[in-house]
Amino acid sequence: MGSTEINRCLSLFISGKKNYIALMKEETLIRPRTHGQRWRLPLPKFGRKRQDQVAGRLMGALTLTAALLAPLMALALLLRALPILRVTPLTDLLTGQDWAPLKGLFGFSPFIVGTFWVTGVGMLIAVPPSLLTAIFLAEYARPRLRSLLIPLIDLLAGIPSVVYGIWGILTIVPFIEKVAAPWASRWLGVLPLFRSENPTGYSVLAGGMVLAVMVFPIIISVAEDVIRAVPQGLREASLALGATRWQTIWHVVLKRAGAGVLAAIVLGFSRAFGETMAVLMVVGNVAKVPNSIFDPAYPLTALIANNYGEMMSIPLYDAALLCAALILLLLVLAFNIASRWVLTRLVRYE
Amino acid sequence: MNTKIAIQNLNAYYGKEQALKGIEAQIPAGGITVIVGPSGCGKSTLLRCLNRLLEETNGVRVTGQVLLDGEDIYARKADVTEVRTRVGLLAPKPFPLPMSIYDNVSYGRRIHGLEKLERRNGRSLDRKVEQYLRAAGLWDEVKDRLHDPASGLSTGQQQRLCLARALAVEPEVLLCDEPTSALDPISAQRIEEQLKLLSAETTVVIVSHSLRQARRLADHIIFLWMGNLVESGPSAQMFSAPRDERTRAYLYGDIG
Amino acid sequence: MKRKLTELFAQTLMGLSLLVVIGSLALILGTVIWKGLPALNLAMLTQVPKGGYYLGKEGGILNAIVGSLYLAGGATLLAVVVSLPIALFLQLYANRSRWVQFARLSLDLLFGVPSIVYGAFGFTIMLFLGMRASLLGGILTLTLLELPIMVRGMDESIAMVPQALKESAYALGSTRLETSLKVIVRQTAPGLMTAILLAFGRGIGDAASVLFTAGYTDRLPTSLMDPVASLPLAVFFQLGTPFPAVQQRAYASALVLTVIVLLTSLISRGLTKRLEKHIVR
Ligand SMILES: Nc1ncnc2c1ncn2[C@@H]1O[C@H](COP(=O)(O)OP(=O)(O)OP(=O)(O)O)[C@@H](O)[C@H]1O
Ligand SMILES: [Mg+2]
Repeated sequence: MGSTEINRCLSLFISGKKNYIALMKEETLIRPRTHGQRWRLPLPKFGRKRQDQVAGRLMGALTLTAALLAPLMALALLLRALPILRVTPLTDLLTGQDWAPLKGLFGFSPFIVGTFWVTGVGMLIAVPPSLLTAIFLAEYARPRLRSLLIPLIDLLAGIPSVVYGIWGILTIVPFIEKVAAPWASRWLGVLPLFRSENPTGYSVLAGGMVLAVMVFPIIISVAEDVIRAVPQGLREASLALGATRWQTIWHVVLKRAGAGVLAAIVLGFSRAFGETMAVLMVVGNVAKVPNSIFDPAYPLTALIANNYGEMMSIPLYDAALLCAALILLLLVLAFNIASRWVLTRLVRYE
Repeated sequence: MNTKIAIQNLNAYYGKEQALKGIEAQIPAGGITVIVGPSGCGKSTLLRCLNRLLEETNGVRVTGQVLLDGEDIYARKADVTEVRTRVGLLAPKPFPLPMSIYDNVSYGRRIHGLEKLERRNGRSLDRKVEQYLRAAGLWDEVKDRLHDPASGLSTGQQQRLCLARALAVEPEVLLCDEPTSALDPISAQRIEEQLKLLSAETTVVIVSHSLRQARRLADHIIFLWMGNLVESGPSAQMFSAPRDERTRAYLYGDIG
Repeated sequence: MKRKLTELFAQTLMGLSLLVVIGSLALILGTVIWKGLPALNLAMLTQVPKGGYYLGKEGGILNAIVGSLYLAGGATLLAVVVSLPIALFLQLYANRSRWVQFARLSLDLLFGVPSIVYGAFGFTIMLFLGMRASLLGGILTLTLLELPIMVRGMDESIAMVPQALKESAYALGSTRLETSLKVIVRQTAPGLMTAILLAFGRGIGDAASVLFTAGYTDRLPTSLMDPVASLPLAVFFQLGTPFPAVQQRAYASALVLTVIVLLTSLISRGLTKRLEKHIVR
């Protein structure tokens, strides 16, 4: 159907005639189908060159808008957070230990520290197995096995975070409560890091373990891509010198792929840092700086998600929560920009 | 002799490297002009300047003038798409568009609205497609599978499809960059025959590596050497009495 | 000898790692199926919550299923309309200019922004506009969340188009717009479809961004301004009740959500195969 017909249908539609659909159908039915004639976009009728120019401008404007989205987000959150920043200086907010909205005390320190704890523990657990799996997939797995495993890894990436959360509640938390915590305080209890005073399994470790599984697929797929991109010639050169496969990987392949592997870890970290639902469900949500991996924690994301309901009823509460969102956003942006900066330098000096 | 394309002081740069150095040449209307020269001398670069396709490569700069029927195609007000419609290109390796065989041939006609007039009398787009597929010597092989993906054709068939596709736009000039380099001898011969027939009405410019092919096809020769134009003229004269030392050396196989 | 041992040791570690990764996947799917399947029944899929549903009485989660499909479907449609032009622009119109580099960087940064921040941002915008939590609010916020995912996927697949193919189209006198819509989109159709369905999967599974913006209700939405339920939040809220029977339903809801996401990725694979018909290599 050409644009003239569309226009006719539109004008019929606008003028209120009810049978415009019937008309549309009739028109399309009567038209003999010739090969290669397709429905065309009802673009306005001006020259092709003009069309191209206008489309280019529109697309450019759209791109620019999207590019300005991140600063815009920061600005909007900042505006909503201003009321609390006027009352309490930023440094006090960041270092304050007490969280008592009814008394007007908004200290973000336990939450920021909690976020870092959970993310840190998660990454410690996630990185070694992900990298080893990536190396296995890239270097050792036969094509058949690889094409079987890759979709499984993708599957893991697609599982929604509440499902991870449920899994955490049903398996990880009881495991920590019944097995890991008693065992650790028995054998490693001398170290404060492993001392357990928490009767439940809802803890930093639970959050970390769930996060670790969530970032497995991210690190694995990026790292595997990077490792596979290392030229075959390099491997052959090393193997020809009599090195074993592992020596080749360790000394040659990983050296070459180092920056990329680091980028994969960074990507995983930033995903873990901002994860909300899954962590919130297993981490205990106690607003205190944790001392041991078995202590509960309360990350920033969980703070925002848990309290959005009552935030309009207490003065400054909404400003405080949106300020927390702003802090989260700025931390993530800063981290990403910094890692990008470091990575470009690493690649340059390789 | 009528001049179709006049090249005036044409320079082309890839980044800092200069690939064409002040080219001055005329391409006569009608007939076949063959650009020859050793590998890397700038033949493809020159060819792609003639329909402004070179500027699609990153980091390229072109200065100078290319007059098509007396009008500079590099002028500010020149319309790139119109230039490329009037001056078609057949690339060294065939690249069918991601659509059916039929749509590959009709694509150009449709975007340029050539078929709008024909819509009234029903099937004439079909006739045009048939006509150009025949012109490219492909019709008999594909007439039963017109709506299959073009990527399913053999390389030789794909190259002829690309020829049909270029012809369907009805260009005034057809540029061919080593049009037979990816083909077997029989397909190559077919393409050559088609180009020869075509040159009766259309100006054909061919880049060729093979002096034999040049001898067979050329009415006119342009000889390039390291980005410079060494010599150009009617092929009979070039082959029998080259004026330049380098041309002679190239013809007798000392360089290139 | 030592080298042999190292090799063996490394291989063992790799095997164990693979076991951990694949084992986790099996454990997650196993848990959800094991716990969710017994509580799953037809009523859950076809009814909205009746009175006392959250105390263990009758009803189902149709409101959340429909809500999630509306939210993610609407957001994905909108995101396609915005992302495709952006990706085409980045690749075909202005591949190398300064501010396109800035746009790429900015979109990459957006990719890392947590979904709760999108939720908070959507919420502030809705406050500003005087909107209540609604289907529209949820769709718009999810659109923002899906945008960088989709643009990245599309950008990458358009970047793979051979230069010679673009030149073929230009050489026939196509404008950039025609090349984009008629050639590039066809050539990259499988990649675009993958990007779209990936974003859909992300959108439908995301809880944190709709928490603020879409609200929650037991009814089916009748207009864009109604609040709307979603599956992830249904899981979350049902799990929050103290009644085991309702928690069972949370597991079943999680199973439904997982199945939808898995189906999406299966469909993605199937469609990709079919769309490959015309592709030129
Ligand atoms: N994309 C590019 N980037 C940088 N330099 C290029 C590029 N393409 C060509 N060149 C350089 O420009 C010069 C001319 O190249 P051109 O492709 O025109 O040669 P040619 O005569 O067609 O060679 P051949 O017969 O091998 O096809 C060469 O020195 C080449 O190295
Ligand atoms: Mg060449």
